[in-house]
Formats: sequence, structure tokens, C-alpha cells
Amino acid sequence: MSDKTVSSAESAVATPPGQPGRDIGRRLLITLGPVVVSLVLAGGVLLAVGVDPLAYYGLVVERGLLSPLGLQQTLTRMAPLLFIAAGLIVAFRAGMWNLGGDGQFLLGAVSAAASAPLLVQALPAWLAMLAAFLIATAVAMLWSLVPALLRAYQGVNEIITTLMMSFLGVSLANVLVKLVFLDPATTVPQTRTLPVADRLPRLFETTITSGLVYGLVAIIVVHLVMTRTAFGLKLRTVGANSRAAVHAGLNVPLLTVAVFAISAGLVGMGGAIDIIGIQGNVRADWNPAYGLAVIPVVFLARMNGLAAIGFVFLLSVLSIGGESAARRLGVPQHFTLVLISTVLITLAIAEYLDNRMNQARRA
Amino acid sequence: MSGFLSETFLAALFFGAVTAAIPLLLAGLGEQMSEKAGVLNIGIEGMMISGAYLGFVGAYYSESLWLGFLTGAVGGIAVAALMALLCVRIGLNQIVIGIALTLGLDGLTAILHHFQFSRSYPRLPAAEATVIPFLSDIPVLGPALFRHHLIVYLAVAMVVVMIWVYRRTQLGLSLQAAGDKPAALDVAGIDVIRTRTMAVLFTGGMAGLGGAYLANVGAGLFIPFITNGAGFLGIVLAMLARGRPAWVLIGALIFGVCLSMTTAAQVAGINIPTDLIQMLPFLAVMAMLVLFGRRASLPAALGIPYERGAR
Repeated sequence: MSDKTVSSAESAVATPPGQPGRDIGRRLLITLGPVVVSLVLAGGVLLAVGVDPLAYYGLVVERGLLSPLGLQQTLTRMAPLLFIAAGLIVAFRAGMWNLGGDGQFLLGAVSAAASAPLLVQALPAWLAMLAAFLIATAVAMLWSLVPALLRAYQGVNEIITTLMMSFLGVSLANVLVKLVFLDPATTVPQTRTLPVADRLPRLFETTITSGLVYGLVAIIVVHLVMTRTAFGLKLRTVGANSRAAVHAGLNVPLLTVAVFAISAGLVGMGGAIDIIGIQGNVRADWNPAYGLAVIPVVFLARMNGLAAIGFVFLLSVLSIGGESAARRLGVPQHFTLVLISTVLITLAIAEYLDNRMNQARRA
Repeated sequence: MSGFLSETFLAALFFGAVTAAIPLLLAGLGEQMSEKAGVLNIGIEGMMISGAYLGFVGAYYSESLWLGFLTGAVGGIAVAALMALLCVRIGLNQIVIGIALTLGLDGLTAILHHFQFSRSYPRLPAAEATVIPFLSDIPVLGPALFRHHLIVYLAVAMVVVMIWVYRRTQLGLSLQAAGDKPAALDVAGIDVIRTRTMAVLFTGGMAGLGGAYLANVGAGLFIPFITNGAGFLGIVLAMLARGRPAWVLIGALIFGVCLSMTTAAQVAGINIPTDLIQMLPFLAVMAMLVLFGRRASLPAALGIPYERGAR
């Protein structure tokens, strides 16, 4: 995976011409270096609380990657993450910080969970799922409208507005589950459950949901649109320099709204896929916080869709393996947060050092 | 609904509002200085949770609330030092590092707490209130405003101190310049990097103190993720206040009322789902941003690392 992702990351970032072999080696170093350093640093945290880091990482790899059941779970977990990564790539490449992924994801999930079990009674399963998927997308798009309009026409910083909307969205999703879409047949607060037979079909003879395929399609389409089309070029221009984009005659406010809608829509699709493919319902207070976890992935991939597939796989291994290792060794799930955070910091430092070395070589 | 306007309900509401407002006030005042100096401090939530955890641990083992506030402030400053090193000295992306610090410290404090206290949540004894004579006898407002821990009055006094610093001192002028025209400050012979570093460290201290107050006085215990967005509310306060400390205080009190609705409603026996009430402060933020968003301007050089001689 690494060779291909690294060389395709090349096209996104202009690098000075050099020996191609050395260039790929350097890219590999500044991509995988931070991951390794973070594993060591986060391992130090485990050591400090008296957990053997090697045992922990060993379990992560064994349960997330090497056991057949774990690998299937890992590939299944990739489906929603791919959609979220695609959504974040659209926003970040256009220079907009959509940090409201968690709210958009949960509202998408709740809309799908609320509509799918009812629709399936009246429609063929595939049509019901499609309708639920579209409803979830539309709800997430609508949810992004306030930050989008504020940023486009009032110049209000979207970091704050999307974060606020995320807090609101998470609470609203809970309220909806507990008050509006409650399944009257159960005592646990949760939505009606989509029967297993009516969920997304499994791939071949495995437990992997076909949502994985849709996720892959979504992120590849996003990658191609962002790199190969005029629309993608427009968005990247806005991202690189919005003032220059205005001078180039682009309708920046309209593009801003479009970026938010597409980005949030994709994140909402992730929520829908998670429900109609995997979970089947939404329980009260359920918040997997995928939105925040995918941010470092998108940075590691340098906002390149193809590279992101590889890193989403890595995150998936970590999260499936991590859940299992955490149970076995008594480490709270929150350890993944520490790992994610060190990856972000070491990655930023690696990029900085790489730039410095480039400058030094040119001078 | 008869309980809604009763004296007990209002007293509980306003008392809770002040208690909830203090962490926001401290965080907002801190963030304001960072923003003035040109650093968008998204990591403030991480500084708060670090202050909340270390503040709690300090107070728990020393059995002194004041030592807890001290360790809390130190916890915030420690995170701020990392942020200053990465974002001010090296010039890394302030948003990426800010998010990373917030996520990392949320996780780290949760893990440390887990291994230290397992699943028990030990409580601190209730904070001793300093009752201000005469004023505290005013009905409703008296007990709500003038029966708090001493640090509450100190936090409010900080507003006056900050106004004085920004308006009357050389330091205030330097901070302003570091945010608006760092190159000019450089030319005047004042170190931009040092000014910004100081501002970020101050932010960390204030946020850490705010976190410590939240855990030690507000809740009386530490729970993982206890700050739950308070740091982000601090950023919003700083944005809307546009460099005016008094506005941070007013905003913090408005959010404080929203936050204390939850407990006050329970006291009054009004049955509204907590999820719905938890949305109030964030709804208030969005409403304010929709109404005053255009005026929430930020310093010219905000978010841009300063590099000497780069232009």
C-alpha cells in the first residue's frame, strides 16, 4: 500500500525535482516516521500506567489484522470511516475546517435509523435503504447550512460554528432517539431496529458489509473530482487563496455553501452506512466520535483520497484491535485518543523538518 | 410551573450561573490575550482538562483547595508551553496542534484517572464560601452573587486587571501589536516571539485555573471529559468580546445562566430531558454568532506564525 499511496501523494504536493528513488524514500520516511514515533510515545504512556505496550500492540495487530474475524470486522469498520474521510477531504482541500463531523454523522445515523425500519415495511429493502441513505444525506447537508451561510456571507470563523453545531447535533440526536424515534417495543432507549435480512448485503461468504464498496467508491470519486475536474480546481483555488479566487471570478460564497453541503453530506452518508449496514439501530448516548478520529487520517494522507484509503485501514485496525486489547488489558478506550494526538503532532513536526531540509538544500 | 419564579429557584439559578460562568470567564480572558497577540488557541480545551485533572489531584492529595488551584494552573501552563513551542517558536499549524492537544489530553487525563482511582470518583469537601457582609443579605441576588469561594471574586477582579493592562501598559500595546502588525513590533525592538509565548502561557494558566475551578469547586470531583466544550465556549467568548475583558464577563454570565438551567430546573422539579437543556449554551452561542457574527472580528495576523524577516 505504502509505495502507491506515497507516489500518489506526490502529485498533491509540489516537490523539487530530485532522484525519484530518494524522493519516495523521503516521503515514506515523513509519512511512516510519525506513526512509528507516536507508537513509541503512546507506548510510554502505557508503560507509565503499568501496561506492557508490546503486549498491547501485539493484541491490536492480532485482533485487528491477523485473526480472520478481526480482519472482517476491520474491513467492515472502514465503510463509515471512508465516507467521513471523503467528506473531510472536500472541506480541507477547499480550506474550510469542518470540525462538526460528529454531529453530522450522528444526525445522519439517526435519520437513517428512524426511516429505514419504517420504509422497509412499505418498500422493497433496497429501495428503503436507498431512501434512508438519501434522507440521512439531506439531513446532514441541512445541518451544515448554518455554519456555511455564516462563513460565506458573514465571514464567521467556521471552526467555532461547526464545533458548536457538533455539540448541538450530538445532543439533538440523543433527544431524537429518546423522545421521538423511540422503539416502543423495547425498554432500552433506542430506535426501531432494521431487521438483519433487510440490511446491506454481505460481501461473498464473509461478514464484511457491502458498505465497504460504497465507501471506496465515494472516496475515489471525491479524489477524482478534486484532482481531475474544473469543479475540484475551483475548490482548491478557494482553499489556496480565497481572495485570489474572488479575483479569478469565482462565486466564493456559493462555493463555500457547496463545500459544506458536500462535506457534511458525505459524513452523513457515513452515518447512514453504519446504520443500514452494521448497527441496525441507534442506541441513546451512542457516539463513536469517528469524526474527530478521521481528522489525523486525512492529514497523514495529505488530503489525498487514495492515500487516505490506506490510512483508514490502519485506523480501522487500531480501533477494532484497540477495542479488543483494551478489554483484555483493562486499558480505557481513550488510549486511541492519545495515539491520534501524538500522530498529529509528530506528523506536523516531520513536515516542518522536511520543509526545513528542502530549504537548506535549495539554499 | 409554579416553582419557576420562586425565590429558591432563582437563587439556585443565579448561584449556579456564577459557578458555571467562572471557568468560562477565566478561559475567555486567557483566550482573549492569546488572540490579541495573534495566536488562535484552539488547544484551550486541552489546557482546561489538564488543569481540571491536575487541580483535582493536587487538591485531593494536599487537602488544600488553593494548592489545587496552583497545580491546576501549572497543568494548564505545561500544555501551553508545548503549544507555544510548537506553534509560536516553530510555527506549526495552530489549528492542527490545537486539536491534537485537546484530543490527547482528553484521552491522557481519562487514562490517568482510570488507573489512579479505577472506577471510583472520590469527592472533595465542599468549597468554603467567603460571605461578603451586608451585600449577601440582599434577597435572591445576595446569596447568589456574594456567597462564593474567594477565587470567584479574584476571577472577577481579573477583568479589571486585564482592562488596565490592555489600556494603560506598555505590555498591552505590545500584545495588540503582536496580533495586528507583528512586523512593526519587531521593528520597535520588541521580540514578537517572546510576547506571543508569554500570551500563550498566560492563556494556559488561566485555562488551567478555570479547569481546576470546574472540577474542584463546580463539581467537587474529576470525571473524564469534564470540560465538555467549556474551552470552546471560551474561544467564542473571546471572539465575540473583541478584545474587551468586560464583554467576556457579560458573555460568561449569559452562558452561565444557560448552563445552570439544568440543575436549577431539577431543583424546581421541572421535568425537561437533560439533553435538551444541555443544548442551551450552544444554542445561545449560535444565536449570538448569527446576530453579531459579522462583528466578531479577529486581529489581522491571527493564526499566522511570525517569522522574522519573512516579508
